[in-house]
Amino acid sequence: MVESLYNVENETPSIWVLLEQQDGVLEGVSLELLSKGRELADAIGWELTGLLIGHQVAALADEAIAMGADQVLLVEHPLLEHFTVDGYTHVADQVLLRHQPSIFLLGATPDGRDLAGRLAVRLRTGLNADCTDLRLDPKTGILICEVSGFGGGVLALIEMQTHRPQMATVRPGVFLPGETDYNRTGSVVSPEFDLPPETIQTKITERVVGESLDLTQTPALVCGGRGIDGHFEWMYELAELLGGDVGATRPPVDEGHIERERQIGQTGVICRPKVAICCGISGAFHFVVGVQDADVVIAINNDPEAPIFDHADYCIVGDTHEIVPALIEVLKTSEVSKETAYG
Amino acid sequence: MDKFHIVVCIKVVPKPEEIAVDKETMLLIRDGVRSEINPPDMNAIEMALKLKDKYGGKISILSMGPPFFADYLRVPLAMGADHIYLMSDRNFGGADTLATTYTLAEGIRKIGDVDMVICGEESSDGATGQVPAGLAEWLGINQLTQMDEVDIDLRGKVARGKREIAGGHISLEVPFPVVVSAKTASNEPRFMDYTIKPWAFEEGRITVWGAEDVEVEDDHIGLPGSPTIVSGLEQAPERARKRQFLEGSPEEIADQLGKILVQAL
Repeated sequence: MVESLYNVENETPSIWVLLEQQDGVLEGVSLELLSKGRELADAIGWELTGLLIGHQVAALADEAIAMGADQVLLVEHPLLEHFTVDGYTHVADQVLLRHQPSIFLLGATPDGRDLAGRLAVRLRTGLNADCTDLRLDPKTGILICEVSGFGGGVLALIEMQTHRPQMATVRPGVFLPGETDYNRTGSVVSPEFDLPPETIQTKITERVVGESLDLTQTPALVCGGRGIDGHFEWMYELAELLGGDVGATRPPVDEGHIERERQIGQTGVICRPKVAICCGISGAFHFVVGVQDADVVIAINNDPEAPIFDHADYCIVGDTHEIVPALIEVLKTSEVSKETAYG
Repeated sequence: MDKFHIVVCIKVVPKPEEIAVDKETMLLIRDGVRSEINPPDMNAIEMALKLKDKYGGKISILSMGPPFFADYLRVPLAMGADHIYLMSDRNFGGADTLATTYTLAEGIRKIGDVDMVICGEESSDGATGQVPAGLAEWLGINQLTQMDEVDIDLRGKVARGKREIAGGHISLEVPFPVVVSAKTASNEPRFMDYTIKPWAFEEGRITVWGAEDVEVEDDHIGLPGSPTIVSGLEQAPERARKRQFLEGSPEEIADQLGKILVQAL
C-alpha cells in the first residue's frame, strides 16, 4: 500500500478542525465540528486544535476558543485572503506535516471538499467524505466514520488503521454547534510557513457574494417535490406565514425550478426544523435523511402508498394543489402566523 | 498547440430508485437492477462537447469498472466523443478515493497529451465529490470544481470557469492543464446523434486496459491500495413517527393542520 507521509507511529494524538471562514465570518459547519471535536477530544483526553487560514482573521481565533478549541493555529497571509485550493493546500500541508495530528476534520462545503480532496492525496492518506457521524475508539484513537450506504437504510462504518491523518468531511447541519463560552482559555499560535506567490496559479477574476442561505437553522421547512409541478410560489407563501424557509427534493432542482442550495437530503442540506412540511414528495431515503431530525413531519401526497408517509407524523392523502392553498388561507387568519412570521 | 484534448471521466452506476437492501444481510440487492451513466457525468460530457463544438479538438472518455460498462460508454461516443477507454481489471476493484484517483490519473497519463479533464460533480452511488480534486493532485495540475460554465483561451492557454454560489458567483482562471468538475444540472445533455449512433454501437472501438497495460504500482490499486476499510454495516436508526392520517375536505384538513402548526411552532 502507498505509505502516508506520516503514520500512526509518529502521530501527535490530537484532533484538528479546519476553521473555514468567508469574509471574516466562521462557517457554521466549522462551529459544529468544534462542538463534535470537543466531545471526541474530551472522551479520549486529547487536545482540540483549530486551523485558521486567511488574512486578518485573528479575531476569529477567540471565537473558536470560546466554542471549544484548546489551541488555534493561525495562518495569515495577504495571498490567503480568499480561498484558493493551491494556496490553502500548500500551507495546510506544511502545518499538518509539522504537527502530525491524528485526525483532521473539515466541513463538506465546496472549499472544504476541494481542500480535503487535494490534501488527502498530497499526504497519501484516506478520506471519508460526507460522514453522518463520527466516533472515536478511546483505546486506539481510531476514528470511526459513519457514512450512509448507497440506496439508503444502511450505514457503513469506515476506519483507517495506519495512515494519518484520519481525514473526514461532514456536511453542514449534521452536528449541533455548542455553547459559546468566552471564559474558556486557549492559545493562539502562528506557525511558520512559506508561500511563494507562484504556488497560487488560481486567479479569482470575479467574486460576488450575496446573502448566504442557511436552511439548517430554520424553524419551519416547507419542502416541495416532483408532485408540486414547480409551484414553489405556494411553498414560499406558506414558509413566510410560518416564519420559515423553502427546501426541495432533487428533481425540481435538476429541472431548474429552484436553486441547488435549497436541496434537502443526503446530497443536500440536513435540517433540524421544528416542523417540516413535505409537499408532493415520494419520500426516497436520500431525501428523508434531510428531515429525519425534524420535531414534527407533515406529509401531503396524492399517493396513499408513498413511502414519505412512513416517515411522517401527520399524513394527508390528497392533492397538494388543494391542501396547500387551503392551509395558506387558514394561516392568514390564525394566530400562528401572527406570532411567528413577524414576531 | 495541437488539437485541444479533453478527457471526460465517467462512471456507470445502478439506478438509485431500483436499489434495495436486504435487511438481513445488509447487502445491496443487485438482481434485476438496471444501470445508467452517473447522471452528473452526463453534464460533464455535455460540457466537453460544447467546448468541442466551439473550438474543435477531441474528446476521450475514460471509465474504470467491469466489462459490462462498455455498452454504456457507447452513449457518449454516439453523442460526439472520439475515443473510449475502459480500465477494467479485477485488481482495480474495491478501491477507495485514494486508489481510485491514483488509478484514473495513471489512465489519463497513459492516454497522454491531455489539456483538460472533466468529471461530474459527484457520483450518485457514492456522492463524495472527492475524485476531481484527488485526480488533479495526482496529476499535479490545476482544478476548477463545481463549475456552471467553463471556457478556454487557446492562445493564453488558460481555462476560465464560473461557479454559482448562494446569492452570487465566483469566476476563476487557471493555466492548462486542468481538472474541471461540472456542476450537476448545469447544462442540458444532448441526445445521441442518430447519424453516428449505428457506428458508435456497432463499430466504435473501445480500448480496454488492464492493470498491466497502464503500468500501475500493484500496491496502489484496488482494495490493497485503499487505506480506508469498511469495518461494519449497521441499519440506519429510524425515527418513530406518529403516522396519523388526517381525513376530511381540504378545508377541514387545513384547519387541523393549522392547529398542529400552532402547537409545533
